[in-house]
Amino acid sequence: MAAFIVRRLLAAVILLVVVSMMTFAIFFLVPRLAGMNSDQLALRYVGRGATAESIEATKERLHLDDPLPVQYGRFVQGIVVGDEFNYGPEVVKCPPPCFGYSFRNSQPVTALLIDRIPVTASLAFGAAILWLIGGVSVGVLSALRRGSVFDRAAMSTALAGVSLPIYFTGLLSLALFAYHWKLWPNGVNYVPFTTNPLDWAYNLILPWVTLAFLYAALYARLTRASMLETMNEDYIRTARAKGLRERTVVVRHGMRASLTPILTIFGLDVGLLLGGAVLTESTFSLPGLGQLVVDAVFGNDLPIVLGVVMVASVFVILANLIVDVLYATLDPRVRL
Amino acid sequence: MNRPVEEWASLVPMEDDAPTAFLDVRDLRIHFPTDDGLVKSVDGLSFTLERGRTLGIVGESGSGKSVTSLGILGLHKGQHARISGQVWLDGEELVGASPEHVRRLRGKKMAMIFQDPLSAMHPFYKVGDQIVEAYRVHNEVSKKQARKHAIDMLGRVGIPQPSERVDDYPHQFSGGMRQRAMIAMALSCDPELLIADEPTTALDVTVQAQILDLVRELQSEFNSAVMVITHDLGVVAELADDILVMYAGKAVEQGSARELFTAAEHPYTWGLLSSMPRLDRDRQDRLVPIAGSPPSLINVPEGCAFHPRCRFCELSAPRSLTEVPVMTETSPGHRVACHLEPAERRRLWAEEVQPLL
Repeated sequence: MAAFIVRRLLAAVILLVVVSMMTFAIFFLVPRLAGMNSDQLALRYVGRGATAESIEATKERLHLDDPLPVQYGRFVQGIVVGDEFNYGPEVVKCPPPCFGYSFRNSQPVTALLIDRIPVTASLAFGAAILWLIGGVSVGVLSALRRGSVFDRAAMSTALAGVSLPIYFTGLLSLALFAYHWKLWPNGVNYVPFTTNPLDWAYNLILPWVTLAFLYAALYARLTRASMLETMNEDYIRTARAKGLRERTVVVRHGMRASLTPILTIFGLDVGLLLGGAVLTESTFSLPGLGQLVVDAVFGNDLPIVLGVVMVASVFVILANLIVDVLYATLDPRVRL
Repeated sequence: MNRPVEEWASLVPMEDDAPTAFLDVRDLRIHFPTDDGLVKSVDGLSFTLERGRTLGIVGESGSGKSVTSLGILGLHKGQHARISGQVWLDGEELVGASPEHVRRLRGKKMAMIFQDPLSAMHPFYKVGDQIVEAYRVHNEVSKKQARKHAIDMLGRVGIPQPSERVDDYPHQFSGGMRQRAMIAMALSCDPELLIADEPTTALDVTVQAQILDLVRELQSEFNSAVMVITHDLGVVAELADDILVMYAGKAVEQGSARELFTAAEHPYTWGLLSSMPRLDRDRQDRLVPIAGSPPSLINVPEGCAFHPRCRFCELSAPRSLTEVPVMTETSPGHRVACHLEPAERRRLWAEEVQPLL
């Protein structure tokens, strides 16, 4: 097991390097291939008050004239050991992990990321708990009462749930709960957990429910299918033949087997969401990673996009690793 | 669950005199309503079985053998099955009994060995834990005692180093060992009725013989009644005292094993015997398969269900096409459901069937 984790961590590092190379290439090589020169790149940092000197200084400071591999090396170095930027009279230190500075407002990307991650994490984990409990219990009940009114109603709702986009359900819930019934008279405003846990939860309820509704619908369908398949397995018949109580058969034998694959999908979904729940964050104006990256994309703010992509990859890769280890623990047939 | 049938069944006068046999199945019917129609998997089956005896139930796939055994265990309840008739086990009627009561008997008084031991054991739990679970549902003992019992059982069914293998998972066992573990699990509560559903089908031939020996040994030790369900006549020849041949949910021939192998009277049994490879005879020709395929259990052929595939159908026409034959005794303990005259059947057996076996 330990050897497996070490091996996977090494693989994760290699994967991250590849991801970073590709992202870097997309943002710094492609513009050059498209005919952009370092002046134009530097212009993005300088903004409206650009003069020939300031462009030259920026180019110098960001080493935009260096060959691309050297620039990439500097980018990686910044992440690993930090970087220094020479502003003429003063030298600004950027401690590791350094993702450089935003083109648009010259803020350090790392600080922005650290600012935004808790928002996305609050949203993702809160919703994840809701949809895991909701989706799985509805799915199990549906499977056990296949064909009943409950099953039909639940599966119709689930079909609606997976079909309706977040910006529809999100706006609908805002219109109804926040503006019509005035349960959230000021709309949704993110409050950090550390400031006031109650306000934090109060403001996140709508985004949590909206996001969880989509995933719960998906998980209810997955769980139902998995449970139906499992309850038809020979070992379930064996469990009954032993004279076990039906509840034991369902929980210890049925759910134990049918939920294992669900749990692994769950890990991957949470990992993916931690990189930014773009639609939910945009709909509810939550200042999370998703919104950060959307704004950055529209503003051509390459360092931020690069930073968010790197963070998101780390989450996805970590989630994969955790899921693999978890699966091996849950399913004895899997040997690491 | 099976309420409508129960009500209907209660209107029909039944001979509800308490039976003397240990297991007495009377007019058992197990029907499944489906979108395509009513599947009559078991349709009026009766037989008895005493402790210490072994009954072999033989038939093709889909003849209702497994459904019968699951029905005796009460494993069809709650699955939209319509069950009627009576199953008496040691003086208790099970079809009308509460599911909870049957559950308590299941695993303790009657136990089952399933066909494919890999899929029949839970892949996520240790073999020992699965035996412990079976033991502890019916016996109030500590985990430690139950574990000791599990190791004991594994040892008795011939698993080497049982105290270590008890912590293995099913996938770490070989096929034969899994079947042994399955038997250990079934026998963990000393059941008085043991049903083995195709116990050797998934195993290779050398292991088959070992498993059959094991079942026989354990039977004599526990004095259980054993029902062996199989399509393999070799298995029943090895194990069974009596044989019941099933076709399309009904019994077509029933008698002692010796009688059925030396003086079978039903054309379907003849077909089964002719399609069985025999090592104790010179190989004369190709095996003779039974023509056609098993009938649909939704539209069972009119008259004798076997008539479309029967070589001797014309001899008893037109009765075979219209009238369902009933089981009638031809010699003590030997019953056949066939329209052919007994004398005619014996002549056909002696002249046309037996010489080719």
